[in-house]
Amino acid sequence: MSDLLQLSVAEAAARISARDLTAEEYFAAWQAAAESDELNAYLWSLTDADVYEVEQGPLGGVPVAVKDIFCTEGSPTTAGSRILEGYRPPYTATAVRLLDRAGARVLGKTNMDEFAMGSSNENSAYGPVLNPWDRGRVPGGSSGGSAAVVAGGLAPCAIGTDTGGSIRQPASLCGIVGLKPTYGAISRYGMIAFASSLDQCGPLTRDVTDAALMLAALQGRDPMDSTSVGIEGGIAAPSREDLSGLRFGVPVQLDGDAIDSGVREVFEATLKRIEELGGEIAEVSLPSSELGISAYYVLAPAEASSNLARYDGVRYGMRAEVDGDLTEMYEATRSAGFGPEVKRRIMLGTYALSSGYYDAYYGQAQKVRTRIAEDFIGAFSEVDFVVTPTSPSVAFGLGEKTDDPLAMYLNDFFTVPMSLAGIPAISIPAGLAEPEGGGTRLPVGFQVAAPAFAEQSLLEAAYALEQGIGFEREVAPLRPWNGGAA
Amino acid sequence: MIDRGQVLHVARLARLRLSDEEVDRMTEELSGILSHVDRIGQMDLEGVEPTAHVVALENVLRADEPRPSLPREKALEPAPEPVDGTFRVPSPQAAEA
Repeated sequence: MSDLLQLSVAEAAARISARDLTAEEYFAAWQAAAESDELNAYLWSLTDADVYEVEQGPLGGVPVAVKDIFCTEGSPTTAGSRILEGYRPPYTATAVRLLDRAGARVLGKTNMDEFAMGSSNENSAYGPVLNPWDRGRVPGGSSGGSAAVVAGGLAPCAIGTDTGGSIRQPASLCGIVGLKPTYGAISRYGMIAFASSLDQCGPLTRDVTDAALMLAALQGRDPMDSTSVGIEGGIAAPSREDLSGLRFGVPVQLDGDAIDSGVREVFEATLKRIEELGGEIAEVSLPSSELGISAYYVLAPAEASSNLARYDGVRYGMRAEVDGDLTEMYEATRSAGFGPEVKRRIMLGTYALSSGYYDAYYGQAQKVRTRIAEDFIGAFSEVDFVVTPTSPSVAFGLGEKTDDPLAMYLNDFFTVPMSLAGIPAISIPAGLAEPEGGGTRLPVGFQVAAPAFAEQSLLEAAYALEQGIGFEREVAPLRPWNGGAA
Repeated sequence: MIDRGQVLHVARLARLRLSDEEVDRMTEELSGILSHVDRIGQMDLEGVEPTAHVVALENVLRADEPRPSLPREKALEPAPEPVDGTFRVPSPQAAEA
């Protein structure tokens, strides 16, 4: 395997910029890697015939894998759904356009849970993605393809979307870095909508430095998305070496029993590492966050039921041929085009918004959301960051949770509260642990959350912790493209 | 929690046609999810302001200037049945009863 694939994005971009490496050579190496995908992680990738033009910029010559939820003009965009099979959008998402402007090139579009609804990537209409560490296990979701290509050595970096944990959880299960920025940091224009008040784009990378480099290119206010505001002052490469003077809050509500023992050990070892690096560990109280899943599974399906009303067989995507009237065409198209999880959430959301139930469900969930946001504001008056495991378990087996939607939803227990509060959170690989019941050790993610728009200090702390953990040094050699695992 | 009749009613609202088997499964699964979600109903949230948007933004305005929009041909390209610069659909009138 090519040595070029070992380079981080920052290293490769620096060598290309110094003319130590040509963008063509680098891109070609990744194109060959992408073509060798055995994980079902790509739905579409650039073929040899496609012309590659060298661009200058901070990401000059860097190939990037893009979750198939971002519209890319002229190339297939399915959001993991049958209903958009064959769809080629007439415009490109702002996030992709900004990467392009920074000199990066789309290498391919990655598999995902249908319309980003799922935590295992098993809800894709195009089949599940396999975890590169153990192909009998899920990569997490919904940005499972984006996490798998980075962890599996099929792309140097990727972008995904996070509504309730869809960047952080797969990053955790695949042993890479995943960042969900503050709501509004990155434009949502051209990003196929799931739950608009929660959806946020973010990077999935091998290390924190690469995440910062990508966020620097992606963030900003966009006239095409009136909810985008960008990050004041932009983002610089992190360089902090210790954590002295920083306080990290562990929620007292963190229920030890709900966390696998291996994950708990890695989490506790990481807290010790924080103290060794000069940081202070404190308890914080987030009393409403345990209602996060309940509030989320009202709000997100409600918004989804409204957003997905547009798939009606009229303007784009598939249409079921029926010998009947317009309503029958709508129903036949939607019934044939949507998978079981999407139908379940549309039903749940439609019910929650229907006459007589609105106040009890949607209205009440919006109030819980206020409480959760207030909890975080209170916590951040005492500490700089809130930390939790990213996921209660390591990667689980394919098919293990598909029969129980509620068990699947509980995967998002630690990531949903930050989404509801709109604050940034990062998952970094903290170590390896055996799954419950034994087996090969698998990656465990550590989640760090910060106040709204505090991405720079979040990245600085995550960088110092990453160096302290030494995952790159000790665990990364086990990564598949280095000849370890799988 | 939620019965077959409600499931069928909601499916109609959502323009989904469910098979009998799907109705059964949906009734069971939605009931399970709703009984978990119902915990929020037990909270006393009298006087708490609902959050619709997490970032404090008001009146995001742009200059009211004409600018080109997506050309008609391009907007029609992904349509299942574009006809004479429009989207063609089956008649909204029910066929013979």
